[in-house]
Amino acid sequence: MLTKRIIPCFDVDRGRVVKGVSFVDLRDAGDPVELARKHDQDGADELVFLDITASSSERESVYEVIQRTADQVFIPLTVGGGVRATGDVRRMLEAGADKVSINTAAFERPELITEGARGFGSQCIVVAIDVRRVAPGRWDVFTYGGRTGTGRDAVEWAREAEERGAGELLVTSMDTDGHQEGYDLPLLRAMREAVHLPLIASGGAGKPEHLYDALVEGGADAVLAASIFHFGAYTVPDLKRYLESRGVAVRPVEPTAP
Amino acid sequence: MADLVIVDYGAGNLRSVARAVARAGVEAQISADPHTVEGARALILPGVGAAADTMRNLRERGLDGSIRDYIASGRPFLGVCMGMQALFDVSEEEGEHPCLGVFAGRIVRFPRGMTVPHMGWNTVHLREPHPVFEGIPQDSYFYFVHSYYAAPADPAVVVGETDYLGVRFPSAVGRDNVLATQFHPEKSGPWGLRLYDNFVRLARERGSIAPVAAAR
Repeated sequence: MLTKRIIPCFDVDRGRVVKGVSFVDLRDAGDPVELARKHDQDGADELVFLDITASSSERESVYEVIQRTADQVFIPLTVGGGVRATGDVRRMLEAGADKVSINTAAFERPELITEGARGFGSQCIVVAIDVRRVAPGRWDVFTYGGRTGTGRDAVEWAREAEERGAGELLVTSMDTDGHQEGYDLPLLRAMREAVHLPLIASGGAGKPEHLYDALVEGGADAVLAASIFHFGAYTVPDLKRYLESRGVAVRPVEPTAP
Repeated sequence: MADLVIVDYGAGNLRSVARAVARAGVEAQISADPHTVEGARALILPGVGAAADTMRNLRERGLDGSIRDYIASGRPFLGVCMGMQALFDVSEEEGEHPCLGVFAGRIVRFPRGMTVPHMGWNTVHLREPHPVFEGIPQDSYFYFVHSYYAAPADPAVVVGETDYLGVRFPSAVGRDNVLATQFHPEKSGPWGLRLYDNFVRLARERGSIAPVAAAR
């Protein structure tokens, strides 16, 4: 049976993890590669790096981080942040990313989705959508890290992204993000009904119940989580044990590499 | 004669496969040269993306014939994802695309209405033990991402199966010196690395990956 996925996500700025996760046994919790290895050992199903490096002169750091991670971590790695053109997609994939997440650039030039899917396969094109609720049952797309309202209906945009060749959707609610009070379930349900793509829920995980709700009530295929791992509050095995106890199929945490 | 060769036709997961093989202690040669491919001691055909592009890229480089000849030689062959689908007669992905024809059968799409791609971790149930899966427990999890799957004409080539929302499809196929997986061992954590490890070791020790019973 296909299992639900838990995907730790970290923000990376100039090659360093920004909001550190306090694993006690890490030599360098600010090193994305160390963190990736730790989560991999813990049974994370995939990993997401979001590159938030602002200065373009330091953007090269992300490729080095991808490469070092791919040398050591043998689960899927998605990289997002600052992807403007197919050239960026190509470089990330060549460095060792398995999927590339495209947000603002895809919204502003939707052909980028099609070009990426044609050039590299749909499987590696993740369309990330940041949304805010504007009325009950209605969400608008926001771009530029949630700063710019577009007035475009998010569910409609998700449908278009699917038609254009996206392989997966990563939907973040700006309303619930950072609050650790749960994912936006009505949003997930609306997305689930609208598209037949794998759906990653993002924004709001604070407790294991939140993951359960997103996966079961919201119908998401995967949950992205960042702050739930901060300060060692929960680990991937904790979350998987919890989900399993409530009847959600998850990949068991495997023994260390034979 | 090159040791282990990974066929280079521009497939996106080429480097990941090379990295996983490196973990098994082998520096693979990545090659687009038909003679190198044909003369390899062990060959891996990786692949992601669309069937039409894959077949066009293989043909343009003259690799389709050399892969067939290599397989006919009886030396160990591993196909991954699109590198598995390409072994069949025809793919129905966006049309009708003739493939390598090593196995009889077609590549068909999951029914409309299902969430595709089938993406994530799913179990592989082996029909019988296979040396490339040695040490890997029955029903272990591997990472999948695909919208099409193989429908072999000969059920005997099915090595392992996987269920996605009620569709039971072959997730590993093989015959004699050929094993190919729909999943991505190079993205499947410890058990995936174990699979590459087995492939490399068998290729080295016996020059064969065939189940002992079948090899007799």
